[in-house]
Amino acid sequence: MTDNIIITGFGGQGILFAGKILAYTALVKGKKLSWLPSYGPEMRGGAANCHVIVSDEPVGSPIIITPNILISMNKPSLDKFENDVVPGGTIIYDKTLIDREIKRDDVKVVAVDATGIAAREAKANMANMIMLGALLKSTGIFTLEEIRAGVEKAVPPTKKDLIDYNMKLIERGYNL
Amino acid sequence: MAIVFKKPHALTDAPFHYCPGCTHGICHRLVAEVLDELGIEGNAIGVAPVGCAVMAYDYFNCDMQEAAHGRAPAVATGIKRVHPDKVVFTYQGDGDLAAIGTAETVHSAARGENITIIFINNTIYGMTGGQMAPTTLPGQVTQTSPYGRDIKTQGNPIRISEMLSTLDGPSYIARVALDTVPNIKKAKAAIKKAFQNQIDGKGFSLVEVLSTCPTNWGLSPAEAIKRLQKDMIPYYPLGVYKDIDDENK
Amino acid sequence: MSEKVLMKGNEAIGEAAIRSGCRHFFGYPITPQTELSAYMAKKMPKIGGVFLQAESEVAAINMVYGAAGAGARAMTSSSSPGISLKSEGISYIAGADLPCVIVDIVRGGPGLGGIQPAQSDYFQVTKGGGHGDYHLIVYAPNSVQEIVSLTADAFNKSEEYRVPAMILGDGTLGQMMEPVDFDSVPEPITTNKDWATTGTGLKREHNIINSLYLSPEALEKTIIERQKRYDIIKEKEQRYEAHDIEDADIVVTAYGTTSRVVESAVKTLREEGLKVGVIRPITLWPFPVKVFAEAANTAKAFLSVEMSMGQMVEDVKIAVNGKAPVYFFGRTGGIIPTPQEIIEEVRKIAGGLK
Repeated sequence: MTDNIIITGFGGQGILFAGKILAYTALVKGKKLSWLPSYGPEMRGGAANCHVIVSDEPVGSPIIITPNILISMNKPSLDKFENDVVPGGTIIYDKTLIDREIKRDDVKVVAVDATGIAAREAKANMANMIMLGALLKSTGIFTLEEIRAGVEKAVPPTKKDLIDYNMKLIERGYNL
Repeated sequence: MAIVFKKPHALTDAPFHYCPGCTHGICHRLVAEVLDELGIEGNAIGVAPVGCAVMAYDYFNCDMQEAAHGRAPAVATGIKRVHPDKVVFTYQGDGDLAAIGTAETVHSAARGENITIIFINNTIYGMTGGQMAPTTLPGQVTQTSPYGRDIKTQGNPIRISEMLSTLDGPSYIARVALDTVPNIKKAKAAIKKAFQNQIDGKGFSLVEVLSTCPTNWGLSPAEAIKRLQKDMIPYYPLGVYKDIDDENK
Repeated sequence: MSEKVLMKGNEAIGEAAIRSGCRHFFGYPITPQTELSAYMAKKMPKIGGVFLQAESEVAAINMVYGAAGAGARAMTSSSSPGISLKSEGISYIAGADLPCVIVDIVRGGPGLGGIQPAQSDYFQVTKGGGHGDYHLIVYAPNSVQEIVSLTADAFNKSEEYRVPAMILGDGTLGQMMEPVDFDSVPEPITTNKDWATTGTGLKREHNIINSLYLSPEALEKTIIERQKRYDIIKEKEQRYEAHDIEDADIVVTAYGTTSRVVESAVKTLREEGLKVGVIRPITLWPFPVKVFAEAANTAKAFLSVEMSMGQMVEDVKIAVNGKAPVYFFGRTGGIIPTPQEIIEEVRKIAGGLK
């Protein structure tokens, strides 16, 4: 079993961090994995994406051409990656920021008011956690308990208080 | 029989290859005398340049590294960071230090790297046969400024001591000349201070030594000394350009 | 076994270097190797080591020259354009027989090129780069875990042979995170560095670190002596990973990141029933010629896949020595070949073989 996950949006939305949580969760669970960020001159506001492979077997190429899971947090990235998702795959998108429907009818679609909820209940830039919750709920890739272990590893030791905060939002996304 | 004069211990027995009348020999001797007098030969690591002094590694008895053209301060930095307790010095000419190695010179000075630099300024590239140097005086005829250095097209000379003295890093910057006995004595005192500063952990020191190149200037050794006095010293005034000991008084 | 942690490739190089006894790192910022410098800047002061950001790549490599000449395990890192600048210093380091490790996280070229992954500096790192008859021992890891062991090997082998070593990666390898442990890091070897400039203490003749020999006879002698060491390295240090080559009709070869893509492609091809094997050079110099020569006795064709316009393929041809056709497929400029492209290329070759 292999999950090829692309998480994508603007820099500053916590795209890479969301990927890191998945990678750490896979690590704790004893899965094989790779985490590959896009990199470039832009630090904030530019396109950001992150490839996370979680597998029972050793990971070959860390570059994902056809994801089975796409988490999209802005419209340009959805436009770019929508057609790459394998038939039967899952597209989870932030409907606060993306004002269009998914054109594909051969994939599972999950629309999440992630940035809206995050802005109202926490901070807009925590929408990534809502999206992770929705991912868990719609794909079952990890349980809430498993991802907590990943969050604990991904959050720097100096910011321990953020663990519960992140988990609260992941649970919020899970229970939508 | 009493010994009245002998070769410093810090110089090897290898005969110098320098031209007759060249002041490199004097400067080597001054550095070696200072190494002897401070008792640091066994503790010193020198870095030779590319230029006439390229084979300085054969002349000094201490451990030596030969650097690529202009890179001596970077090489010295690497050595000093490995052996902070050793005395590390470079010996460089004007092409090496003030042209191709300008960045290494300026940045080792700005870092206040605790090394000592002996800088030979003779206003010409000697080893390659007398081309225009960054320190070549306006109007000076060289192989590559055959009609005299035209500052409109060939630029102005660089006064390294003045330039580096504007930085916060250096502890001691002085310009000396090897034209007369009193000046040679002053040169030695400056070189000694530049080494002592390093031993005392005060940071970057550089002594600019105005020197002659009779061969490439096309002058006799005696005429060369006169040119140094008449043309060079007015353009490159002697003196101490920076001394943190004075500033701290 | 200790617990695995997630690390970026660039950071893993830094940690492995520190564990290999490296305490002197001289850097200069360039994408995509920056994390390595940042890691060293953070760690070195805490363990009594030195991190120094030089004024240029040129200065950084010459600081390595000084530090290595003074007997330290020294490292610098850069990416393609910076390696071009360091090439002067690398030539001097090779000429002075100094051990050190240089990291090259390759990006697209020529010129400023791009910042995305590339393998277009194979010629530069295996055939020279700087001037003169010299070689680097070049290691090309393909995973974060392998980065760790090869970084340690690079320091040890460099010291054993007094030949500078290089870790060659690319942006993908440097930026990706994978689980890694440091159990496999071999102990730093100790060699007698009686040649180093450590101060004579007035107890011995002075040591001279130098690459200048004005007498051609003396220069030739040092080059021939060094060549003998190169010959030993070529005999003893060829490293590669190979699988399924015994019965392979087609052997696909790639190194570094590209080899990961090749593995994905070959998996699919073998499931289709095609007899495809893989040789992955781990050392690019010395090139693992022996395994290619052996595979050439049975394989009907070779395919070199690279992120270049065809550089390693020349060494594959030399190793195969005309016994089988050698094909090439490459993408460049920062484009990584896809498994599908490789699959199609192999199918095309297989079709021609029938």
